[in-house]
Amino acid sequence: MSPARRTALGLAATLLLAGIAAPLLPRWAGFLVTIAIAKALVALGLLLLMRTGLVSFGQGLYFAIGAYAAGVGADALEFTDAVPMVLLGAAAAGLVALVLGLLLARYRTIFFAMLSLAFSMILYGLLVQSSALGSTDGFNVAARTVFGLDVASPVGRFGVYGLAALVAFVGAVGIDRYLRSHLGRLAPAIRDNELRVEYMGASVRNVVHLHLVMAAVLAGAGGALTALAVGHVDPETAYWTTSGEFVFVAILSGTSSVAAPFAGALILELLRSFAYEHAPNTWQLVVGSVMLAVILFLPEGLWSVFRKRRRAAA
Amino acid sequence: MTAILETTGLTKTFGAVTAANALDVRIEAGSVVGLIGGNGAGKTTFINLVTGYLKPTSGTVHFDGLDITGQPPRLITRLGLCRSFQIPQVFDSLTACENLLVGLGIVSMRRKAFIGSALGRQSPEAVAEEMLQRFRLGPYRDELASTLPEGVRKLLDIAMALAVKPRILLLDEPTSGVSSDEKFALMDLVLEAIRAEGVTVLFVEHDMDVVRRYVHRILAFYEGRIIADGAPAEVMAHPEVRRYVVGEPPVGGEGAC
Repeated sequence: MSPARRTALGLAATLLLAGIAAPLLPRWAGFLVTIAIAKALVALGLLLLMRTGLVSFGQGLYFAIGAYAAGVGADALEFTDAVPMVLLGAAAAGLVALVLGLLLARYRTIFFAMLSLAFSMILYGLLVQSSALGSTDGFNVAARTVFGLDVASPVGRFGVYGLAALVAFVGAVGIDRYLRSHLGRLAPAIRDNELRVEYMGASVRNVVHLHLVMAAVLAGAGGALTALAVGHVDPETAYWTTSGEFVFVAILSGTSSVAAPFAGALILELLRSFAYEHAPNTWQLVVGSVMLAVILFLPEGLWSVFRKRRRAAA
Repeated sequence: MTAILETTGLTKTFGAVTAANALDVRIEAGSVVGLIGGNGAGKTTFINLVTGYLKPTSGTVHFDGLDITGQPPRLITRLGLCRSFQIPQVFDSLTACENLLVGLGIVSMRRKAFIGSALGRQSPEAVAEEMLQRFRLGPYRDELASTLPEGVRKLLDIAMALAVKPRILLLDEPTSGVSSDEKFALMDLVLEAIRAEGVTVLFVEHDMDVVRRYVHRILAFYEGRIIADGAPAEVMAHPEVRRYVVGEPPVGGEGAC
């Protein structure tokens, strides 16, 4: 079996299990998994950028745009179904990245990270000042239906959860296939040696620009799903700590598999929930210590545990 | 014969240093040309200028009749003017096979975009396997490039340049960093692979035995100028070449040149 098919089947099986388990889980667990998936989508975009040699400290920008676009879709465009709201969120974020990419694709390393951070903080500033979007309070977002199913019905209750799982599946399998394509193979090549990529006839800047847009689309979808799950958006989504959390998830997970961000995000959400419950005043200390341990003992992220075992078995 | 590469008055200055001084070079299609000269003679600068890494201060570069002066490396590479590097520029986190696939993949994507389909053509994967065999890189197929011995990296670097379908290949010191008893084996391998595709070759070389054995013509550089140009025996006998490049006293000991 090809590695691409193995990844796709593995993800499909996990989702099927999650789907069966969903009605049996308490409500908070369904919410927690939905949020984890939404954040993992942003981290999946970061995985693509990190494979290309870039770390963005501003993915909150696209996350916030996705969340606000979903809300604006419901309020101004009168969308009642969650599906077009998520599509609008992803498209709006992608469009913004298409424009900002003209500048961002020229920068690397810390300059790229800081510039992406700067753009997200500009959006934060704008959102805080815009009374039409509720300034610091934000506004409520709700979909009446998901795929036409009423969210109050027994099946529709799991609608947003199911939609998040579907987007995650399409996103992860899509990115996995892309990374194995001729174009996707340029990601590690660019990270290793940009000059040689240019000397092989490809435009590094165009590939970086494309990856920025792809990562933004994923982050936008993640933002829209978060807005739907939480039922609310606020400027905090664009704040630098939100962007930092996505980098945290990406580093915690590692970049060796497209499944890693999902595992990493879920672990982080669980860890935070339990830490918050048992140590409400020092939960950041617990989360920080786990991060420290991962960096010390698993520098390639949590997913490298699987790789090491496979290597040892081989 | 038609010139595939032609420079006129190609000049590059770095502050007070003139690294290329009004170079007029004409390379005929199908030839194998050696570029010799001591350190700082301007050999690599010439390659960097022709392939677009450096912008000339003045002068022009024509490839197959087309003015390519000041164009970026990726556009020049796409036309079929490719190079290898003195220090191997390989993708360290990819395997030897994947390194070749980067170039082959780029070529195949471009062909699909412009010709519509790659029907009847060999897949990039098949070409990669074939190139690995031809360059005797088979045993290193799945090894990461970062772990390969220097001579193998050198070979991979040249194979990568050949993967992007050059019409003329500029090799920057293909045998530097390769042990002296492997030099001829490497050059035999490289030139055999290159001749099979009918590629014109221009290579920079320090080892005069290697130069004598493989080239039709030699260009000798000294301080950014061409001091001799012609058949190997003729250039090797040139007094300036003997003094500045080969490092032997001038013939007859009179020093008249």
